[in-house]
Amino acid sequence: MKIAIRLAALAPAIVFAATAAFAQGKLNVVATTEDLASIGREVGGDRISIEAIARGYQDPHFVEAKPSFILKLMKAEVLIVVGKELEIGWLPPLIQQSRNSKIQVGADGYLDASLSARILEIPTGQITRAMGDVHPLGNPHYWLDPENGKRIAKDIADKFSQFRPNDRAYFEQRLADFTTRLDAAEKGWLAKMAPYKGTKVATYHRSFPNFAERFGLDIMGYVEPRPGIPPSPQHTLDLINEMKRQNVKIVLVEPYFDLKTPNAIGRDTGAIVLVMPPSVGGVKEVTDYFKLFDYDINLLVDAIRKTGAGK
Amino acid sequence: MRPMRLVCASVVAGGLVLEPSAAHAQDNAQSIQQQIDQLRREFDALKQQYDQRLTALEAKLGGGPPPAAETPPPVAAPAQPTAQVPPGAEGAGGPAGALPVYGGAAAASKIFNPDMAVIGDFLGAAGTNSVQPDPFALGSNHPFPLQMHESEASFQAVVDPYARADFFLSFGEEGVSVEEGYVTFTSLPGGLLTRVGRMRAAFGKVNSLHNHVLPWTDRPIVNYNLVGGEDGISDAGFSVARLIPNPWLFLEATGQVFRGDSGAEGSPLFQTTRRSELSYVGHLRAYQDITENSNIDLGASYSRGHNGLLFDSASPDLGSRVTQLYGVDATFRWRPLQRSIYHSFVGRTEWIWSRRDQEDGLQSGVGMYISGDYQFGRRWFVGARYDRSDRATDASLLDTGGSLVLTYWPSEFSQIRGQYRRTNYALGSAADEFLFQFQFSIGAHGAHPF
Repeated sequence: MKIAIRLAALAPAIVFAATAAFAQGKLNVVATTEDLASIGREVGGDRISIEAIARGYQDPHFVEAKPSFILKLMKAEVLIVVGKELEIGWLPPLIQQSRNSKIQVGADGYLDASLSARILEIPTGQITRAMGDVHPLGNPHYWLDPENGKRIAKDIADKFSQFRPNDRAYFEQRLADFTTRLDAAEKGWLAKMAPYKGTKVATYHRSFPNFAERFGLDIMGYVEPRPGIPPSPQHTLDLINEMKRQNVKIVLVEPYFDLKTPNAIGRDTGAIVLVMPPSVGGVKEVTDYFKLFDYDINLLVDAIRKTGAGK
Repeated sequence: MRPMRLVCASVVAGGLVLEPSAAHAQDNAQSIQQQIDQLRREFDALKQQYDQRLTALEAKLGGGPPPAAETPPPVAAPAQPTAQVPPGAEGAGGPAGALPVYGGAAAASKIFNPDMAVIGDFLGAAGTNSVQPDPFALGSNHPFPLQMHESEASFQAVVDPYARADFFLSFGEEGVSVEEGYVTFTSLPGGLLTRVGRMRAAFGKVNSLHNHVLPWTDRPIVNYNLVGGEDGISDAGFSVARLIPNPWLFLEATGQVFRGDSGAEGSPLFQTTRRSELSYVGHLRAYQDITENSNIDLGASYSRGHNGLLFDSASPDLGSRVTQLYGVDATFRWRPLQRSIYHSFVGRTEWIWSRRDQEDGLQSGVGMYISGDYQFGRRWFVGARYDRSDRATDASLLDTGGSLVLTYWPSEFSQIRGQYRRTNYALGSAADEFLFQFQFSIGAHGAHPF
């Protein structure tokens, strides 16, 4: 009886110890955005714990370098970044203060997800700030192409395997599964968008070049006169005139931008203003990488049908 | 490719017409046909090779995936730049002919250059101030109404896998100084973040901030009166910071040891008379997110150093007297994540106590400021600050003041600011001034201050 009581008393401790050991075995990953975290979760499954720094509904260029993020980075074994200078305004001081040699730039735990991706809008010729807050290494919003999603996933799987060689088969199986599901989903998205190939749209910031290229949109102008520069009256007027001339009926706005100018453009041109999330978590319904495209494509197709913009 | 084929064909055709003998012509035709075939094969091979190189180059430039299942183009050995042996140096077993030039890789080494930027800080003032002629430097007698106050050049790069270095050179109206220049060891065991070099001390909040990240054109009166003016506690030394693990909040303790010379020239805060008169700074910082949009940042600071006033001028070996500073600071920040580029608020206060040992006894002064800055548009900020501080050398003298600030950001890289400042000096008449600032930055994109 006494033994039974002792065992019963010890049971929670044993369970706790086992849980702790299991938790310790999980690869601790931090991603700078929710998109990378979502892809990381698809590949890593229950063998990793992953969290994102920037929320999907905030401008990823302007994240505050809060000390609470230092605590997250301090324990990270792998840090996945978007790269192409998207996080240049806030990530370097966080990495520096993390006191974590594993995730310093160039260390094994630092994964730049852009390295295998197809990058658009790489500036050629001389670059100056007169062009606005231009990204000299190319447009960093590359995850909005499922093909790039697969490339990112492959790099992530390789990185996870490097840190957990025993789980290599698990990560590779999950990568294969993710790629198959994404292939199937992409076919559906492309089929949905196929009738509207070449539809002209205006966007607020240059967040959608990869999306537009993959799904056949024609981005004819931007609400921002230059990247990072707020809209000016003259530029807005020029955009309105150009939209009228080209009969553009859709304006895409990221959730973190003010709707005042886009709405004014919409009123003047008869265009629909769509708040289209470029990231997982941009709106409540978009909880993973698949739902990001589901949501955006449904939103677009509905709007195109409504306005007849695709005809 | 087509033009080449046509040229070849024309040459062949011309050759055929000119040949008198049919048999001879046939032999020749066969031979030419073989040559053409050979040329075609060589041309195709060449084209394939260039196509592969072009694709690889495009993939590299576009960041796209390298083309699958391709044979890598043959890589030629890099040409070694050479120079001729100077005339007269040949012979006697010495080198002859071409010599290698070992600096040939210099162009590639540019990629290791540090991130560089220059921030210009132009200041101007209108109004009268009989007590403080220089509106931005207490103790200076230059009534400069317009100043290219500071041009700060920064150089920042990773040193090696274990450290990074940061240099900030300040070109002022009257010379150049190293505002900060330190190496940070990022990978030390025990979670220690260690800096060695010249740096702004971690005493309170404002002391550690560079001019261009302040929300005002000037610094609070308490910093001028008690903490060494614009330069503040800034010295050569060591800094070690460690996070204190706990389940509740971010807690960081910093300990710093300096040579012991700080403050404005002419009225130093710390001054050494002996090698052993080091100064010390200790800082404890606690930070906690309240919600996703708001957070609180608290700090407590202590500093101790010698003030250069000898105990006994007849016996300088006895060394100099001591100044001690105590400080507490609190910062509340609010920034709604989804509209973070349009709205924010920062409320801040610092309280500082100074205990300065002088020949006439211990001077115990206290000072503080409280400020609030609200961002009401993507480019617009408005702020206010209240100042109150005793003077370090005579704590019976109390200066007070207040400021209203309006800031406009044309872009992330430039800033225009106007500030109305009223100062009630303990001695002399009150001053009403309008201060303005143009700030502009070129070069590498720096991190946003937090």
